[in-house]
Amino acid sequence: MLAYIDKIKEISRRLLQEGKVDMVIGFRKGTVPMMNEPCFVKTPEDVDNLVWDSNCGINLANYLTNRKEKIGIVAKGCDSRNIVTHIIENKIKRDQLVIIGVPCKGMIDRHKIEAMFETEIENVIEVDDKINIKGEGFEKTLDKKDVLQDNCALCIHRNPVIHDELVGDLVEEQKDVDRYEDVRKIESMSPEEKWRYFDDLLSACIRCYACRNACPLCYCPTCFVDESRPQWVGKSIDPIDTRTFHFLRAYHCAGRCTDCGSCERACPMGIKVRMFTKKLEKDCLELFDWEAGMTLEKRPPLDTYRPDDPDDFIK
Amino acid sequence: MKVITIHKEDWAGGLERLYDSFRLFGPVKQDEFHNFRELVKGELPDLNLLNTRLSAKSIIYPQSEKMFEFTLDENRDDHHILKEIHKDYSPRAVIGIRPCDVRAFLLVKANFDTPEYKDPYWIKSYESTTFVGYACNTPCSTCFCTTAGCGPFHEQGLDLLLVDAGDHYFAKIITEKGENFLTAAGWSSEADSDTACDKIETMRQAAEAKITTRIATDKLKDKNTTELFEAPFWEDVAFACINCGTCTYLCPTCWCFDIQDETFGLSGIRMRNWDSCMYPLFTLHGSGHNPRDTKMQRIRQRFMHKLKYYVDKYEDGIQCVGCGRCIRHCPVNIDIRKVCDLMNGFET
Repeated sequence: MLAYIDKIKEISRRLLQEGKVDMVIGFRKGTVPMMNEPCFVKTPEDVDNLVWDSNCGINLANYLTNRKEKIGIVAKGCDSRNIVTHIIENKIKRDQLVIIGVPCKGMIDRHKIEAMFETEIENVIEVDDKINIKGEGFEKTLDKKDVLQDNCALCIHRNPVIHDELVGDLVEEQKDVDRYEDVRKIESMSPEEKWRYFDDLLSACIRCYACRNACPLCYCPTCFVDESRPQWVGKSIDPIDTRTFHFLRAYHCAGRCTDCGSCERACPMGIKVRMFTKKLEKDCLELFDWEAGMTLEKRPPLDTYRPDDPDDFIK
Repeated sequence: MKVITIHKEDWAGGLERLYDSFRLFGPVKQDEFHNFRELVKGELPDLNLLNTRLSAKSIIYPQSEKMFEFTLDENRDDHHILKEIHKDYSPRAVIGIRPCDVRAFLLVKANFDTPEYKDPYWIKSYESTTFVGYACNTPCSTCFCTTAGCGPFHEQGLDLLLVDAGDHYFAKIITEKGENFLTAAGWSSEADSDTACDKIETMRQAAEAKITTRIATDKLKDKNTTELFEAPFWEDVAFACINCGTCTYLCPTCWCFDIQDETFGLSGIRMRNWDSCMYPLFTLHGSGHNPRDTKMQRIRQRFMHKLKYYVDKYEDGIQCVGCGRCIRHCPVNIDIRKVCDLMNGFET
């Protein structure tokens, strides 16, 4: 994936020079290992700030909401699906965008890697499919496939579904992936076990809303947890309010979530936030044969009605 | 300066005795990181850590703190009367807190304990606490305490400085509170003060040498506030920001709160919760107007508050102790060191 960077720069420079876009949204090098920072470049000279590696897990579609400029945007598979969702939901217009597609082999999970070492990781170098980790008194080389973000390990849409430019050959999609093993495990629990499971899952939550704010779907002008007239949800860290926030947010993402993993990546407390959204993603697939963000041609299941929609839940 | 040697084999026994006179708080590893919480008798603080994920501020200033209770039941004489909720201000001790987090309380004190205003909850909590600081032999690459008015062995605000010296700890007594803590634990083996202080000094220098990131803050005070406020770099600084509360909630020096009433049927409580200048509700006026309506305005507020307004108002340096939590855990890698450099180096 490292080879993509020259191509990203070349395309971005050309788009800016030719005046096709006002800005390109991509990543610049982070100041700590395994982090890059979303950024924009507006001049051909600044294009050299752009980087690409396996630390670009934040979903850039989040930065498109309601923008008015003409924008070039670097998009891996999941970003492209959220761009589709954004276009369908009128958060950006297709003709405002030049989508610089990046075939992706997954992003590495910094939480997972940090947890593998007792002391601080000082330097991380990526070469092909290997990740070399260095800190004071230790050095270890890991296979990238072993330290992918959970959502990337299960990803079946690594190639951009929509793009105007492409920075490299399409990559082979992962086949025969069992995407929902973890969801099935929870589904098979008794109500009491489920309750306990979700209580434990959320016990560390500090209501910082990093999950919500890293999510391209969460663009409501006022989130329901921020409404004050009336106030629907308490603002303390009372477990009931915390649960309400997470459950409702997940439901708001039903049929729209692309499992990009930004929420989980953003969480400062390491909560597996995707466990909420994945169940709804699975339901949408099973009930409506729907995967979010795959096409501009169809309306998502929750804003359409078909007479043959499943209705088994009505007793 | 009196220094006590605590042999590690005496550690658990001393702590056991301390439970008789203190509520003990310490770092505990849960899942993949450490956080502070109250220890139960027999439990040891886990001192094998770099630092806790959340700062220690919630020990003094909980994220959600009940202040008053009330009833709306008009059949009762005391309806609609706020009654203070009883809280436990019995002596407590925080063990294993890093010097940066302790210094942070002093910065926060500038807000909660002033000649004009006194926050009773914060002050009572603070005063009931003994701070057993844990000198930092392993600072991280994101630590910049030495240029943020602090340091890995910084003693300001501490009652006791605990230094890990292999098979034993040195406990350097800084206040009477610290001395009482040692007495309650039964740790009394006095070290030769000169030798111990020399050793501690050597370790301090070694730890400080490991801190390689530095920030310059010398010019902040002389900058024109309005020019800094209108500086062109804010758009670039703010772009990546998702306006979550990670930086403010993990920060040991962020003190903002919001007061809320919550009712359940006819009974209710008044509580205060941490607030964050990153949130859209933060300065939303009753009129619907919000002077900080965009994320750029909000992130600018955070950095201007820490690095300019505080500097001007309190004349005690920046409102930051250099713990680096906001740098390590910002989901989009916004780095206060970079912003500080931009502000300090800004020329119109």
